[in-house]
Amino acid sequence: MTAPSPDGFEPAEASHPDFWHLRESYTFDRNVIAEIRRAANTGIYRIRGWGAKRRLPTLDDLVFLGASMSRYPLEGYREACGTDVVIGEHRAERPVHLKIPVTVAGMSFGSLSAQAKEALGRGASAAGTSTTTGDGGMTDEERQHSATLVYQYLPSRYGMNPDHLRVADAIEVVVGQGAKPGGGGMLLGQKITERVAEMRTLPEGIDQRSACRHPDWTGPDDLEIKIGELREITDWQVPIYVKVGAARPYYDTALAVKAGADAVVVDGMQGGTAATQDVFIEHVGIPTLAAIGESVRALRELGVHRREVKLIVAGGIRSGADVAKALALGADAASIGTAALIAIGDNDPAYEAEYQALGTSAGYWEDFQAGNDPAGITTQDPDLSARLDPVLAGRRLENYLQVLTIETQILARANGKSHVLNLEPEDLAALTVEAAAMAKVPLAGTAWIPGAD
Amino acid sequence: MRLHLEPGGVTGRFDLSAVSRRELNQALHDASAGESFEVVNPRGAHAVACGITADIDVVVRGSVGYYCAGMHQRGRVLVEGNASTGLAENIMSGEVRITGNATMSAGATGCGGLVVVGGNAGARCGISMKGVDIVVGGDVGHMSAFMAQAGNLVVCGDAAADLGDSIYEAQIFVRGDVESLGADCIEKEMRPAHTETLSRLLAAASPAGDGVDASEFRRYGSARRLYNFTIDDVDAAARQARERSEGERDAREAAR
Repeated sequence: MTAPSPDGFEPAEASHPDFWHLRESYTFDRNVIAEIRRAANTGIYRIRGWGAKRRLPTLDDLVFLGASMSRYPLEGYREACGTDVVIGEHRAERPVHLKIPVTVAGMSFGSLSAQAKEALGRGASAAGTSTTTGDGGMTDEERQHSATLVYQYLPSRYGMNPDHLRVADAIEVVVGQGAKPGGGGMLLGQKITERVAEMRTLPEGIDQRSACRHPDWTGPDDLEIKIGELREITDWQVPIYVKVGAARPYYDTALAVKAGADAVVVDGMQGGTAATQDVFIEHVGIPTLAAIGESVRALRELGVHRREVKLIVAGGIRSGADVAKALALGADAASIGTAALIAIGDNDPAYEAEYQALGTSAGYWEDFQAGNDPAGITTQDPDLSARLDPVLAGRRLENYLQVLTIETQILARANGKSHVLNLEPEDLAALTVEAAAMAKVPLAGTAWIPGAD
Repeated sequence: MRLHLEPGGVTGRFDLSAVSRRELNQALHDASAGESFEVVNPRGAHAVACGITADIDVVVRGSVGYYCAGMHQRGRVLVEGNASTGLAENIMSGEVRITGNATMSAGATGCGGLVVVGGNAGARCGISMKGVDIVVGGDVGHMSAFMAQAGNLVVCGDAAADLGDSIYEAQIFVRGDVESLGADCIEKEMRPAHTETLSRLLAAASPAGDGVDASEFRRYGSARRLYNFTIDDVDAAARQARERSEGERDAREAAR
């Protein structure tokens, strides 16, 4: 008989009557104790990847009502259910056409290996959707492997090159991201290899802490002028998105519209990151569920919803159910980051022995900043990166995106919709009072939306 | 003033009180090397002459708004007047000069080329610069060269507070007073190579740097103390202390 393990796993022995007298503090649980001990030893805040890990109200707290007496469903395999999304058709010469309502979120070369970026490009392109660059610029390989590539324009402007701006299919001005609204990126020394350092004009091996605010504009009035400049430089060819972390989604969305965005990307607090302070990830921003309705309200009030300005929702999207619920609440597309990495092999149980050697386990791995990812994804180590076969990993992502799309269609047809964008809030009910209030749909079995007039 | 246009050599003239910014910029983007353009009545318009990729000359007669010559890649732009925020932001190469003052973030994130401000530059001049050379004939505002990564910022006048805060490998040369240095920015020795670089930049900036000698400048750069996190390891220290005391005890027992 061994004592309860201190490593965060719940051992089978803990349920043995011999240990029933042990009571773990809810306030000071083992995880809290380990963090206090870690902080006391190192004197530095915890840095990690991934998004918020705590329990949050999510899209799981909503259900679809399905068809019934008053509305009829569509035949699953026989009747059409469209999935395409167009972005920027009102202003850009070359709007973005997506075959599916799911995109791959911004992740940099640097934080990810070249193989991982290639896999994302291959999978997304095969599935008919876009990938996005990240904080560190565009690589030739990335452009080559992505049929539709969104170029992020970030506060740090690492690797920012007007030639890349012009070969992009869309530009995403990043104001913030869900994992850290108000924070800049981080890339620690282990991952600042020669190539990454050169792309970012930084000394090799430094612990990079990116700027959190754009260097040449502050506020929505400036952003409007900045978007004008980006359109002028690209001769009004491509759509311009504005990405915000879910902070004040109603106002942020309204201001992004005012600034001239073709699409607003709202990233909830479950949205992942390659590396940032744990305190930021867990304690800044609001859940995705709470952000969608507020963004949609702003778009509706301005008369641009499902018209001039599209809404892309990100942060903890895992399944076709999440996608369908986001669309029903009013999003035009959902975006995946963490889920895409898992699809290509992040936290693969096949590497369990190696995860354990790093003091973790498959399913818990979050030290993306460490640069020693056994799966070869969040690393710049040539030997580890070589483990990821970009063709096979791309195929996994393609399969996964296909499943997300088909699941979304299943739910749309069940609600009698011939296009996934015809899903509406009236198709939903909430299982908790919190979810009802946040998503502004009635608590199941009632007509009650807490906070509604 | 070195004019880039020979009289009669103008291949395009744009009066921004009559034609749109879009028409101007599209014409500049479609231009071929060797062409020269004159822009009149800019009236503070934003993003004038941004995104130029051909080896052309553009003279803007009057003051401009934000992001004039933004992301400039080739050729020369001269503004006879003042410029607002983000003059020549993210310039890649080529030259952008203004005779007057620039407000905030002049030359921000520039990766190469030369930016010359004849008058003063406001706050955050050269912020996050990545290889551009910036010469300012007058003073610069606070937090200039903030997080500057590479390139040279030359200030012929004074620098306001927090110069070079969190600077990486960029170099700053200031002729006048520095109100205060930002975090991790220190004064460094002027060696012959630096004097050479500075003299070259002052000559290139003429007339902005006329009558100013490189020997009158001080050089500032990174102390490189913020490049990596400082991480303690008390556990290791405790382990060593324990091993030491065990070693001493063993030695005592062996002696007994």
